[in-house]
Amino acid sequence: MTARIPGRAAWAEHGFWSAHRYLILRRLSQLGVLALFLAGPLLGVWIVKGTLAASLTLEVMPLTDPFVVAQTLVARHWPEMTTFTGLGIVVAFYLVFGGRSYCAWVCPINPVTDLAAWLRRRLGVEKGWAMRRETRWLVALAVLTAAAATGTVAFELINPITLLYRAALFGTFAGLVVVVAVFAFDLVVARDGWCGHLCPVGTAYGLIGKATLLRVSARGRERCDDCLDCFAVCPEPHVIAPALRARAGGGPVIMSGDCTVCGRCIDVCPERVFGLAHRFDTRVDAAAPSPARPAAGQSEPAALEKA
Amino acid sequence: MATETDKKAPTRRRFVQGTLRTAVGAGACGLGLALFSAQSRSLPADALRPPGALPEDKFLSACVRCGLCVRACPYDTLKLADLAAGAAGGTPYFRARKIPCEMCDDIPCVKACPTGALDKGLTDISLSRMGVAVIVSRDTCLNLQGLRCDVCYRVCPAIDKAITLDQTHNRRTGKHAVFEPVVHPDACTGCGKCEKSCVLTEAAIKVLPVALAVGHQDVHYRRGWEEKSKAGRELVPGIIDLPDRLPELKP
Ligand code: SF4
Ligand code: SF4
Ligand code: SF4
Ligand code: SF4
Repeated sequence: MTARIPGRAAWAEHGFWSAHRYLILRRLSQLGVLALFLAGPLLGVWIVKGTLAASLTLEVMPLTDPFVVAQTLVARHWPEMTTFTGLGIVVAFYLVFGGRSYCAWVCPINPVTDLAAWLRRRLGVEKGWAMRRETRWLVALAVLTAAAATGTVAFELINPITLLYRAALFGTFAGLVVVVAVFAFDLVVARDGWCGHLCPVGTAYGLIGKATLLRVSARGRERCDDCLDCFAVCPEPHVIAPALRARAGGGPVIMSGDCTVCGRCIDVCPERVFGLAHRFDTRVDAAAPSPARPAAGQSEPAALEKA
Repeated sequence: MATETDKKAPTRRRFVQGTLRTAVGAGACGLGLALFSAQSRSLPADALRPPGALPEDKFLSACVRCGLCVRACPYDTLKLADLAAGAAGGTPYFRARKIPCEMCDDIPCVKACPTGALDKGLTDISLSRMGVAVIVSRDTCLNLQGLRCDVCYRVCPAIDKAITLDQTHNRRTGKHAVFEPVVHPDACTGCGKCEKSCVLTEAAIKVLPVALAVGHQDVHYRRGWEEKSKAGRELVPGIIDLPDRLPELKP
């Protein structure tokens, strides 16, 4: 029996668009953000200036990355008001729209690590080095300590996100080696290693995600037939089980700040279990009257879920 | 009971070991990053900071490498450093010989900086200290050979303050004058126009970061003549001024 390719069942049943729309919209969003920045240097149309570390939109709206601000503060620089205004706007936005949705919808490294994950699935690369979930908190702490000890915005020297943006916008191409390193790490060393366990920028947005309004809900969990496609595509599979399996009588909403609201589970679920919701939405669809369809193929048994 | 603890113990030990390993790994990452960011700056020696930049160590804690100052500069003067610049990676700089700073009256680069790495306290561009010009090559500077080039002097936006032509004796010809370009660090902004304009293939005047170009008088050092005029009197009253001994003239 050939390996089950996650998402194929949903594609067959609901059509290509319905089985890929969040993926496509996400790529458009990531490219669109980069295009807004690039329009200036390439076309002379200045919509957004700066990089994802700090930017200015239409000459009025400043935006600042939360983890960058954290580093400046521990490096003992008290920034100007503009920095805090930008920070406020960013935090307010992500408190409504999903926290690590930054990862899924804005960050340019996400397509890189997604590509590595996709290749891994296709090439059947072993899961590799299993890092612990709390690694990301320790890494963020270690990076902040380094920033404090050296009095520099330390992570910005090797941050693949801003290095990629600076390469694209300011022509500092040597920085791309870090992006390549992240790709290689995710492909060869650890599945979802960078975004899932190391990147402190994502950790900072995940902190916001702990209280954010926009969430994914497994509202149709009664229909779940255990095909495990959602677990296979999710970059943070551990967030799904509590909502899907109603562990400890839990609600259907995925509450973990680690969820990037990428919506890929919504795409690939043939039973249409998932959907966007707000965090206080406790609705669960009634169980389907009769499971007319045969159970989905299960070449990758429940071990995947535990992974 | 006993069997239960037996079963639990290895799990707990594995948990503790795993956590320890993770902590050590994260610590190693942090240490590596700290070493990388602590390495001395490896920008080129003649790289100058934009106007109003905080002193280098403060600058590195403040600048978030956003490039907004680069975008604000109408003359394309500023560039962002690349990965190889170590701690200075991603920070803005310029090189006088490539594109100097035109000393904009409204200082748009400083206005654009969202973090204060470029200090908004700087409102008069003539007070900026991006670097200081130094005649690095006395034996190639045309003016010092007794010719009248004067280009660095004439292009200086702070002409006659930052750079003057001091007339000295031309010892080669014995009868002409030398118009020596002399830079006055208290008025030189480090804009780089002089270096940019030097007519030689390799400029004889170069603009260097202040830390490289200017020395400082030791704090414990007093100049007698200055102290005397400050005090308005002899510093050691009643000191006997012995007659100076002059070489005796032989008849
Ligand atoms: S974890 Fe980091 S690199 Fe990955 S998508 Fe999020 S911000 Fe980007
Ligand atoms: S003062 Fe003007 S020319 Fe000089 S760096 Fe700033 S913006 Fe550019
Ligand atoms: S605008 Fe300020 S924070 Fe941004 S790169 Fe320039 S000096 Fe650094
Ligand atoms: S760098 Fe040269 S041109 Fe600029 S102020 Fe100093 S002496 Fe004048």
